[in-house]
Amino acid sequence: MQMEGLPVHNDPTPSELTERIENAIPGAKVLEADGDGHHFRVKVVAPAFEGLSLLERHRTINEIFAGELGGRIHALSMSCLTPEENQ
Amino acid sequence: MTENAENGLRDAIQGAIADNEVILFMKGTPEQPMCGFSARTVAILQAHEAAFAAVDILPDPRIRQELSAFSNWPTIPQLFVKGELVGGCDIITELADSGQLAPILGVEQPAEPTPEPTGGAAPKAPPIQIDRPSE
Repeated sequence: MQMEGLPVHNDPTPSELTERIENAIPGAKVLEADGDGHHFRVKVVAPAFEGLSLLERHRTINEIFAGELGGRIHALSMSCLTPEENQ
Repeated sequence: MTENAENGLRDAIQGAIADNEVILFMKGTPEQPMCGFSARTVAILQAHEAAFAAVDILPDPRIRQELSAFSNWPTIPQLFVKGELVGGCDIITELADSGQLAPILGVEQPAEPTPEPTGGAAPKAPPIQIDRPSE
């Protein structure tokens, strides 16, 4: 049970990251997600990446975790592909 | 910290980006990177034999704060070429793997695009002190 206002220990997990990415980007699939609670790596395939530069694709993911990267999520490595690029 | 001093830091960061065609904001120095992602990015730039300026963001947390506010990029390292953010470690690695980094840097393709960081090779340029206005 978690109580509001207490400093609950709540390390992010690969499944939390997966869920948040798939919820935030319509059609996105997280094919791989690894992490030790601080450093994470995800492989995301999404039609939404079509026509976006690498920088823009990474920004899309970074925005989901705005304020947490470098903090709660110490590091997030990612590979962002369109369905076509993933074939 | 006064608003003026913060603006001064922002100006110093933007000035360093404007004054250096290739500039890497990193944790530690090219000789002694303090983070695996910074080490890897330095190793890739060195494998490309690209001359680059480097700024260690660790001595003052405000450097990172101001840099990320300016670049809209949350993590370190950050590589800028000709005033534009190219990306962090993942993007630099991906660009190097696909052969796209050399033309961005304006150098020849290296024989081995993405070496493991050695930490041993000498940098092409000395680290920049961001807290002092250059020139």
